[in-house]
Amino acid sequence: MSEAKLRTEPRLQEPDLFYKSLAQLHAGLTPEESLLVNSKLLLVLANHIGDHQVLLQAIDLVRSHATAD
Amino acid sequence: MQRTYQYETFPFRPSPELLRGEVVRHPVIVVGAGPVGLTAANDLVRQGIPVVLLDEDDKVSLGSRAICFAKRSLEIFDRLGCVEPMRRKGITWNVGRVFFRDQEVYRFNLLPEEGHAHPAFINLQQYYLEEYLIQPLRDHPLADLRWRNRLVGLEPGEDHVHLTVETPAGVYETEAEWLIAADGARSTTRKLLGLDYKGRLFQEKFLITDVVMKTEDFPTERWFWFDPPFNPGYSALLHRQADNVWRIDMQLGRHADVELEQRPERVLPRIRAMLGEEIDFELEWISIYSFHSRRMDRFLHGRVIFVGDAAHIVSPFGARGANSGIQDVDNLIWKLKLVMEGKAGPELLESFNFERTRAAAENAFHTETSTEFISPDTPGQLALRNAVLELAREHEFARPLINSGRLSTATVVPDSPLNTPDQDPFAGGPIPGGPATDAPLAHGEESTFLLKQLGYTFNGILFVDRPEDLSPTLLADLQALAAQDVPIRTLVIAAQPTARTEIQGLPLFHDVAGLARERYAAPAGAFYLTRPDQHVCARWHRFQRARVEKARDRAACLAR
Repeated sequence: MSEAKLRTEPRLQEPDLFYKSLAQLHAGLTPEESLLVNSKLLLVLANHIGDHQVLLQAIDLVRSHATAD
Repeated sequence: MQRTYQYETFPFRPSPELLRGEVVRHPVIVVGAGPVGLTAANDLVRQGIPVVLLDEDDKVSLGSRAICFAKRSLEIFDRLGCVEPMRRKGITWNVGRVFFRDQEVYRFNLLPEEGHAHPAFINLQQYYLEEYLIQPLRDHPLADLRWRNRLVGLEPGEDHVHLTVETPAGVYETEAEWLIAADGARSTTRKLLGLDYKGRLFQEKFLITDVVMKTEDFPTERWFWFDPPFNPGYSALLHRQADNVWRIDMQLGRHADVELEQRPERVLPRIRAMLGEEIDFELEWISIYSFHSRRMDRFLHGRVIFVGDAAHIVSPFGARGANSGIQDVDNLIWKLKLVMEGKAGPELLESFNFERTRAAAENAFHTETSTEFISPDTPGQLALRNAVLELAREHEFARPLINSGRLSTATVVPDSPLNTPDQDPFAGGPIPGGPATDAPLAHGEESTFLLKQLGYTFNGILFVDRPEDLSPTLLADLQALAAQDVPIRTLVIAAQPTARTEIQGLPLFHDVAGLARERYAAPAGAFYLTRPDQHVCARWHRFQRARVEKARDRAACLAR
């Protein structure tokens, strides 16, 4: 089992401002447009992170929620 | 049938078995005279092994099929002595460009350096390739080409295979010590043995066309479009072939009506939209394909060995179909020969299975990833793919994600049981388990290339500053190795100019551009050991006879 590199403790400097900006990004968008915007943002942030293990662990964390009831 | 190519019909001749009613046991029978079966037949006869080649048809490949032949394939054909006509007729290319809508978003150069005998790719219609592979076999005393011979029955035995073959003049029985199945995706051999071929079908339909046109509007580069104006929401691919024939592929979607979309009246406007009004063209070939990605668990089943599409099939993005089959043959024939001669143990053939199932898994991974990018399955995957393309227009970081095909390269197997792991540090150079690298050399007055000196036996590559640096003991050792039962033929590469072409019977070359030493990251005195398929199996900073012999024994699975 590889070490946990993904940091999941609270690190957002401005939670409410971040949330508001992200929600604003989706204002007035259709579902399709929102999907595209989220995909782009994901790629931009993923590139900033770069570390392959961190990215895979993030995907695994989300996958365990993705099909849960 | 194509108008730009004249098909020869090969004559049917009743086999000796048919005429005399005797069952003969041949050393090797190859089933299937496509690119891979023909490569196998050429390699077998070049290594002195008689071959019977069965094909149910009597002409070369019909239609627009394989086109892009990779550098490693060209090196293999060079070793087999049949690359010249391919290079003359084929269209050379190294650069690929990817467009999104109306803008170029990515460009790659598959061979950005000089000093290799062969380019990254040539484009050549499969029917020409087959013609050039048949030519050396036609009157070859060891080659028996049997056209309109269809395999209909198979009985595998402990030390041979029994075959039933149907021909226009009746059915006959025959036998082979070894059967090489090169009979394609719908392999009769595989079906007769009830063997698996597991994988998936991609639902996406692709229109495949050959178009004859005289134009200088497109350079000899691979061009791929995502969402072009002439095929909105889908992709297109353009390749130049010989005879002013251009291959144009267009993605049609999962739900395209195959019967309708094949009609010329549907195809012509698509091509016209792509080429514009000015270019004159003629449609030479139309077909519609969906692609599979499948492979067998094992390619070796007793005396039956599977190669090419019979063993593994992939979608064509990246040209990993025929090219990997040709590499299968390169890997196999020298091993089969040593086993047939009783010199190598059965583990050597098992290493073919190990190395080439590894290659097939790698090829499946790359081609599946490309196909998923070109034809995303779900809305989420489509959004991800389009996000990459849109970001790529302005942002460099997204460009490496664009996947219109990861083009075929030679497979490297670092953990092959045939390798001797590095004990000395090398800062580069071809690693054990991968093919040797090419470099320009001078042999006396003549210019040549390194790879042309390797093959059919184990080879040593010894790097020196001057031939005078070689001690008598070292030379005696090298000569002894060249005389052994499974010989190692060493070539000496000198950094300093020399007019000599040999030193005590060993071929001597000058590393005229310094590229051999550089590409092999070789200090003076370094020794590389390569297999009969030009793959590196060991390397050291200094030659020592015992360890070289040990590495050769390991790579050939010799009984000791």
